[in-house]
Amino acid sequence: MNIIITLAYLLSAILFILGLKNLSSPKTARRGNQLAMTAMLIAIVVTLTKNEILDFTLIIVGLIIGSTIGAIIARKVQMTSVPQMVALFNGLGGCASALVALAEYNRLAGELRIDVIISMVISLFIGAVTFTGSLVAFGKLQGVIRSAPLVFKAQRFLNILLFTLFLIMGIIVTINPANSTCLLAILAIALILGILFVIPIGGADMPVVISTLNSCSGLAAAATGFVLSNNILIICGALVGASGFILTRIMCRAMNRSIANIIFGSVGTASANSNSNDKRKVNNYTEEDASIMLEAAQKVIIVPGYGLAVAQAQFALQELVTLLINSGVDVCYAIHPVAGRMPGHMNVLLAEANVSYDLLFDLGDINDDFQNADVTLVVGANDVINPAARSDSESPLYGMPILNADQAKSVIICKRSLSPGFSGVDNELFYEKKTLMIFGDAKESLNKMIKLLKT
Amino acid sequence: MIEPLLVSVYILVLAIFVGFETITKVPPLLHTPLMSGTNAISGITLVGALISAGAGHSTLSTVLGLLAVIIATINVVGGFMVTDRMLEMFKKGKRKNQNR
Repeated sequence: MNIIITLAYLLSAILFILGLKNLSSPKTARRGNQLAMTAMLIAIVVTLTKNEILDFTLIIVGLIIGSTIGAIIARKVQMTSVPQMVALFNGLGGCASALVALAEYNRLAGELRIDVIISMVISLFIGAVTFTGSLVAFGKLQGVIRSAPLVFKAQRFLNILLFTLFLIMGIIVTINPANSTCLLAILAIALILGILFVIPIGGADMPVVISTLNSCSGLAAAATGFVLSNNILIICGALVGASGFILTRIMCRAMNRSIANIIFGSVGTASANSNSNDKRKVNNYTEEDASIMLEAAQKVIIVPGYGLAVAQAQFALQELVTLLINSGVDVCYAIHPVAGRMPGHMNVLLAEANVSYDLLFDLGDINDDFQNADVTLVVGANDVINPAARSDSESPLYGMPILNADQAKSVIICKRSLSPGFSGVDNELFYEKKTLMIFGDAKESLNKMIKLLKT
Repeated sequence: MIEPLLVSVYILVLAIFVGFETITKVPPLLHTPLMSGTNAISGITLVGALISAGAGHSTLSTVLGLLAVIIATINVVGGFMVTDRMLEMFKKGKRKNQNR
C-alpha cells in the first residue's frame, strides 16, 4: 500500500512540474493550470487512503467549507483586486503550514527527533511571518491600512532584537522539545515580525512584497514536508519557493532596487523636492489635437500604467485601439514589468478588456521599436517612461530599465496632473516640445477621443 | 534515521533546480497567473492538514488540523479557480494585420 501511495505522489509531482512547464506559453497555460489541479487532486485522494486517517467526517466538512469559500472568492474577485487576493491566499498558505506544525507538535509530543523539531520551528516561524505579513500587505492593497510606509524609531533594532529572541527560543526548543511555552513564544514573535516587516514598505513596492511572501509560503510548505517526512510537500514547496524568488528578483531589477533597500529603505516618504522651484511650461493640449495625431499616425505604441486601472479605463482604451486598427494604424502595447500592483498584472487587466495577447510586448521586445513609432500614447504611467533613468546619474531612478517612449516622433500623455510618480521625481518628458499633455480623468479623455475618431 | 532525511534534502535541492529551470521560461505576460497558480500549489500543505485532522489523536490536534484543512482548501480551490479565470481571458485576436 505504501508503495502505491509513494508512486502516486511521484505522479502528482510530475504533473505539477509539467503544469508549470505549460505556463511558458499562453497557448498551453490553461492546460498547465488544469494539470496542476489534477496533480493536487491526486495528492489529496491518495492521502485520504492512508491508514493513519481514522475519521473522515471532519475532513469532509473542512473540505466543503474551504472549497465553498475559495470558489466564492475566486468568482467574485475583480481583476484589479487580484494582487490583494493573492496576498491574502499567500497568508492562508503560511497560516495552514504553521497550524499543521502546531498540530503535529501536539500529536508527536515526547517522541520528536531533532530534525523534526527543527523543521517544526522553521515551518511555524516562516508560516506565521507569512501570515501576518500577508495580512498587512492585503490591508495596504485593499486600502484598509494606509499604504504609505509606516516608519518609527528603533524599528530596525526591534526587528533584530525579535529575531535574536526567536533564535534563542528555537535553540531551547531544539534541546528540550517538551518546552511548549517556548514554541508558543516563537509563534508570537513570528506573528509580530510579519507585521513589522511589511508595515514600513510603501504601496508602490507591493509587487516585491507579494513575490517574497509567495516564495515564503512555498518554503513554509517545504518545511512542513520535512516535519511529516512527506516528499510531495517538499517538492511543491521548493517549486513555489523558487518561483517566488525569481519573481522577486525580476521585480527588484525592474524597480532598480535591492531587496534590502526595499525592506529597510522605505522609499515613498521621499518629498517632492525638485519641482517646486522651476515653473516650466508644459504643452497643454486637448483631446481633439490627440485624435488628429492618432488618426494621421501609421504606427502607435501604447504605454499603459497603473493610472489606467485606477480610472477603470482599459475598456475605453481597447475601444480606441480597435478603432485605430480598423482604420489601418499599426498599434501595439508596451508593458513595463511594474505597470501594475503585481508582476504581470497589467497583462491580465488588458486581457480582461479583450486585448489580444499578441499585441502585448514586454520591455525588452519593444524598446527598439519606439524610434519607428509616430506616436506614443501614455495612459497613467510616469516613472517607467522617465528619461532621467537613462541620462541623469543624480536621479534616484537612474539605472532603472524604462520604456523609450520619448524616442517616438511625438508623445501623448494622458494624466491627472503634473504630480510626480511614486519615486517623487519630476519627469523631463512632460516639458519636451514633442509632448502633448492631456490632463484629466483617463477614461473621460479616451472616451472623448473615441467620439472624435468616430466622426 | 539520517538516511531518509538526506534523501529528502536531495529532493529539496533538485526540486529547487527544476523550479528555477521551468519558471525562468515563463514570459512576463503570464507572471500574474504564474503567481496565483503557484500560490494554489503552496496549498499542498493540505496534505499535511488532512493527516493532522484525521488521525484522531487529541482534540487539540484535531481542531488545529481541521482549521488547517479549511484554510488550505480555500487557498487551493480559490487559487486554481482564479488562475483558470484569468487564463481563459488570454486570447489571440482574429485580426492578422500585425507585422510582428
